[in-house]
Amino acid sequence: MTALTIHQLRWTPTALERRQHWLLNGIDLHVAAGEFVGLIGPNGSGKTSLLRCAYRFNPPLAGQVSLDGNDLWQQRPRWSAQRIAVVLQEFPQAFGLTVADVVAMGRTPHQGMFAGDNEADRQLIEQTLDAVGLGDVHQHDFATLSGGEKQRVLLARALVQQPRLLILDEPTNHLDPRYQLELLGHLRRLGLSTLASFHDLNLAAAFCDRLYVIDNGCLVASGTPAEVLTAERLHQVFGVHALVDTHPLAGYPRITWITEP
Amino acid sequence: MPIRSVAAYRLLVLGLLGVLLVSCMTALAFGPASVPVSNVWGIVGEQLGLRSGGDWTQGQSRIVWLIRAPRVLLGALVGAGLALVGTALQAVTRNPLADPHLLGVSSGAALGAVLVVLFLGDFAGVFSLPLAAFIGALGSMTLVLAVANQQGRLSSERLLLAGVAVSFVLMALVNLLLYTGDQHASNSVMFWMLGGLGLARWEILWLPALCLLLGLLALLALARGLNALMSGEHTAVSLGFNVQAVRVQVFVCTALLTGVLVALSGAIGFVGLMLPHLARRLVGAEHRRLLPVSALLGGLFLVWVDVAARTLIAPQDLPIGIATAAIGGVFFIALLRRR
Ligand SMILES: Nc1ncnc2c1ncn2[C@@H]1O[C@H](COP(=O)(O)OP(=O)(O)OP(=O)(O)O)[C@@H](O)[C@H]1O
Ligand SMILES: [Mg+2]
Repeated sequence: MTALTIHQLRWTPTALERRQHWLLNGIDLHVAAGEFVGLIGPNGSGKTSLLRCAYRFNPPLAGQVSLDGNDLWQQRPRWSAQRIAVVLQEFPQAFGLTVADVVAMGRTPHQGMFAGDNEADRQLIEQTLDAVGLGDVHQHDFATLSGGEKQRVLLARALVQQPRLLILDEPTNHLDPRYQLELLGHLRRLGLSTLASFHDLNLAAAFCDRLYVIDNGCLVASGTPAEVLTAERLHQVFGVHALVDTHPLAGYPRITWITEP
Repeated sequence: MPIRSVAAYRLLVLGLLGVLLVSCMTALAFGPASVPVSNVWGIVGEQLGLRSGGDWTQGQSRIVWLIRAPRVLLGALVGAGLALVGTALQAVTRNPLADPHLLGVSSGAALGAVLVVLFLGDFAGVFSLPLAAFIGALGSMTLVLAVANQQGRLSSERLLLAGVAVSFVLMALVNLLLYTGDQHASNSVMFWMLGGLGLARWEILWLPALCLLLGLLALLALARGLNALMSGEHTAVSLGFNVQAVRVQVFVCTALLTGVLVALSGAIGFVGLMLPHLARRLVGAEHRRLLPVSALLGGLFLVWVDVAARTLIAPQDLPIGIATAAIGGVFFIALLRRR
């Protein structure tokens, strides 16, 4: 099992570096082995940027990102790809890749330069596509799928990568309620260390072991959903009023937004 | 619907190889001097030591074996190479309109050739023009990469813009030199601007053949990287690719290959732009499958376009660049309308 540790991270795009304007600053974040951690915060607060630091895309200006004590930036890209898989909202260009092609890409970090997909690879790809409910469309053109189906294909690609840490940027945002619950339930059952950003706080409350709240590039709170999701804090960070009570069946916090009449 | 199964794919590749072989043989029969197809096969058989003698003249044998054969083969090699380069560049730049001349290679080649014709003369015998064109191609490609480079990062957008800008400046120089220079210069430089296979000799064929083989192997090794980059930078990084390194490798590989091809055959347009699209329709966009098919189609295409170039206004040779542009354009329009 793998743990992710981010220590005193600072990051900003090259263009803003000279002005010393940091988009992320003083970030301390930990995902313990097998833990499901959520990241919440307003638009533009830095969630996506922070996740990019965690999958070795944004190089930190200060601080450290490490996996089980190994600094990611001391390792090769392939090393981290063998351990970290990512589900993004970046879809392949409509150049004519099939669903199976897209999922097969997930095997890349485990294969040699000229090696094709072997029998084990093919089986894994097939099983995973079945698991996300897309077994019967594996020869379809990826570009013709619906947004939610694409999202599930990308999840399948991340899963065939056989990672120890999963990073997800708003994984549920194209999905209907059934697949939202199914996908998150599936991820929980995998038991992988997971870091995911959410906009739907009720989903975050239902599925995450712990939450971090990011606002304006700094982490402002962390803890269990019950500790973090208070009406006061939601007002502070998101600027909206909410009623927070307990979910009548499951016991985690339930958020009801209070709209102006 | 593209071909998906492994068996069908193998069949397709073998079929294309066969068609290419037969096309090359058949193409030998076309040209100003008429040689019947049966004699062509006989002459080739004789040269390969498979049979001896037949009812053809020494002259026919020379025309077929020494003039037409290298030309047909050069056409196949150049077509395959350009299609290969176009396929790879369209993927790394995520731009379906990218083509081999994107990196400014062709204008550099023309400038190299014109400078030699005007100021240096034959410094290396028959090879002085191709050599000058190759040096010019390398120069312009270096210039494009240098202009596009931003603190060690190469973005596709900057590369496309740099390529266009450098091409315009170099072509302006070429045109200026031609405009103020003499007639002789413009005739020999026109070759690089319009393209042609007239430089083909048996002695030089090994060079494009070797480069094509190395280019194909290198790009096949980079094929997964091409798939990943086509999906975007973040995907490529998350799959373990060093995006900058893959880009630079692809650019250098394709630029070198294009440089060699352009030095020998001038700026033949359209093959590198169009054939990759055709190949994608046949086998989809997975590059390990796509690259070989793209190359085969490119070779096949240029062999037949060259036949057209040799016969349309016989006994004169139509510059092949004009033929590819005309035939390719019409073909593309037909394809678009049919969809
Ligand atoms: N490369 C960049 N250049 C300039 N600004 C950037 C860059 N990357 C991110 N930003 C800025 O950083 C801020 C944080 O962006 P980020 O995408 O991390 O937010 P987010 O929390 O994921 O927002 P959302 O909820 O809308 O997805 C934004 O204001 C964005 O404009
Ligand atoms: Mg975001």
